[in-house]
Amino acid sequence: MSGAHKSFLERTARQRIADLLDADSFMEFLPPSERHFSPHLPVLGQPVAFDDGIVIGDGFLAGAKVLIAAQEPAFMGGSVGEIHGAKLTGLLERAVQQRPAAVLLLLDTGGVRLHEANAGLIAISEIQRAVFDVRQAGIPVIVLIGGSNGCYGGIGIVAKCCDHMIISEEGRLSVSGPEVIEAAKGVEEFDARDRALVWRTMGGKHRYLMGDADLIVPDDVNAFRDAAISLLGASRPLTLESVMQEHAALQDRMQRFSDCADATQIWQALGVADAKNVPLAEIPEFLEMSAHVRREEHA
Amino acid sequence: MLEWKELCDQLFPQGHTVSAHGLVLHGEGRIGNQTIAVVGTTEHAAIGVDIALELSAAVIDIMNRQAGIPILMLVDTQGQQLSRRDELLGNSPFLAHLAKCFAVARTRGHQLLSVVYSEAVSGGFLSLGMIADETYAVPGAQIRVMALPAMSRITKLPLEELEALCRSSPILGPGAHNFVALGAVEEIWEGPLDQCLLTALAKKNNLDKRRELGASCGGRTGAARIAQLVREH
Amino acid sequence: MQTLEFEVGPCANPDRSIGSGLVGVVGSGNLEVLFEPADLNDKVKFVIATSVHGFDETWHAVTRSCAERYRLANLVITINDAGATPAVVSLRLMQAVEEFRGGL
Repeated sequence: MSGAHKSFLERTARQRIADLLDADSFMEFLPPSERHFSPHLPVLGQPVAFDDGIVIGDGFLAGAKVLIAAQEPAFMGGSVGEIHGAKLTGLLERAVQQRPAAVLLLLDTGGVRLHEANAGLIAISEIQRAVFDVRQAGIPVIVLIGGSNGCYGGIGIVAKCCDHMIISEEGRLSVSGPEVIEAAKGVEEFDARDRALVWRTMGGKHRYLMGDADLIVPDDVNAFRDAAISLLGASRPLTLESVMQEHAALQDRMQRFSDCADATQIWQALGVADAKNVPLAEIPEFLEMSAHVRREEHA
Repeated sequence: MLEWKELCDQLFPQGHTVSAHGLVLHGEGRIGNQTIAVVGTTEHAAIGVDIALELSAAVIDIMNRQAGIPILMLVDTQGQQLSRRDELLGNSPFLAHLAKCFAVARTRGHQLLSVVYSEAVSGGFLSLGMIADETYAVPGAQIRVMALPAMSRITKLPLEELEALCRSSPILGPGAHNFVALGAVEEIWEGPLDQCLLTALAKKNNLDKRRELGASCGGRTGAARIAQLVREH
Repeated sequence: MQTLEFEVGPCANPDRSIGSGLVGVVGSGNLEVLFEPADLNDKVKFVIATSVHGFDETWHAVTRSCAERYRLANLVITINDAGATPAVVSLRLMQAVEEFRGGL
């Protein structure tokens, strides 16, 4: 690893791409100058972004050609609208033709953009279908999660349809958000303001220990870059055999942890040394603590 | 809206073995000279880790025992299961696992169809229903992302403004007709359900045609164009 | 949303080294700024879409000040604004100039 610490969390989508890929190798598709913005937001008096909050294109990662998409966290919570979603679907469809070494998805989103709710939900389903086509073509789809919105909603499901996931300790992965659970089931069920609870339940370290994230990194673009490089060319088969293997692993997970009230119990059951201190541990120490935890097989 | 038993009787007048195990449906139906595998949910099921695992098991069982048979999803869901436990264990991996099972089934030659016979909401609909080759709905089916009052609270847009937009655009409000206009629902099954199913079975398309459909229906004119521009850049 | 469109200049002694590109993000209190070259007889055209109404004079003042300070010419500068303060607007324009200087 080289260079000074560069926070992934604090960077914009464009900065993340620029710092992740080989220097000056990024070429943007449908750049802002082409003005492909949402036709629906102006109707509701909302400002538009000329890239509709997602930056897509191709470039090189350690000399290998990749396609890349990065959701801009600051615009509409990184949420998926009609144009935003179609840019991502189109990129995945292009991957089947262009056959890059990988597709990198820098996901930073609350999910469906409610201002275009129906189009957003349908777009997410289309993205999901396109991911499966890319995987069918033997091209790895690598998800990077480490932004301020986390990876929520339907995109939280799509993220786990991909080959690999790299998450930082700042990152979160979930379908429902803490506020939604609290609104539906009450503060006893989930106190959305309890940050420690949010990260224990949905954060990078928990997802890594559960086997849902393949690699965990500190909040550093260089660390994400190195992790992504290590996954180039590593496509996972998606077959009856692999989903049956995944099914067995999920059944096992259910059996072992179904009655656990909190993540700390799960980590203890997994055999993590000093489970209560997981949230405080820096990544190198955390990896030591969890070194012997058996990794689940997923499809 | 229909009860699942009534739905199956109408879909399969030649007979069916669909039964409910809690909130999960599975079995088979005879139609024309085909046997169709059936999986689904009932009682507006909230789809979380448990139901996702059960549905996945059913799909895996179909792949192992009935090669190439069409699979019909019967959709009645209030959305994903909202609970601490389900997010702790992982709605993401469990719901993705269900999607992967369907995706593998498709690659193994299983035609995938879905029909919303009661309610279909958000993440539940994404996981059971929208993954099909084509999605249908019976008259009276309720399809939505979110109720408008909740949407108004979260977006801080006045409810009247959202209601006004709903009158002129299919883009955000509840309603199966909106999803037809946007290309996500192929059509509403108005006639005899067994005839509708036979017509659907004859389609045999496993490409995602929803963007083209949404453009031709006029509800979603941007998506198809943008995706094409990206492919051809 | 309010849209403002106006020209500033012409600049007597223009900096001709400023190229094109985008800076900023359309987040709350923020804005994105797109610089594009155009043949405008050394004038600058501003096209501003803003979610906050009634600040026409402020926009005119801030943009004119920046155009003069950086000797901008032959640019269409398009802004998507989500309620940024004049200070943030000035900062973004300066950022754009610095990033795109030498871009031609």
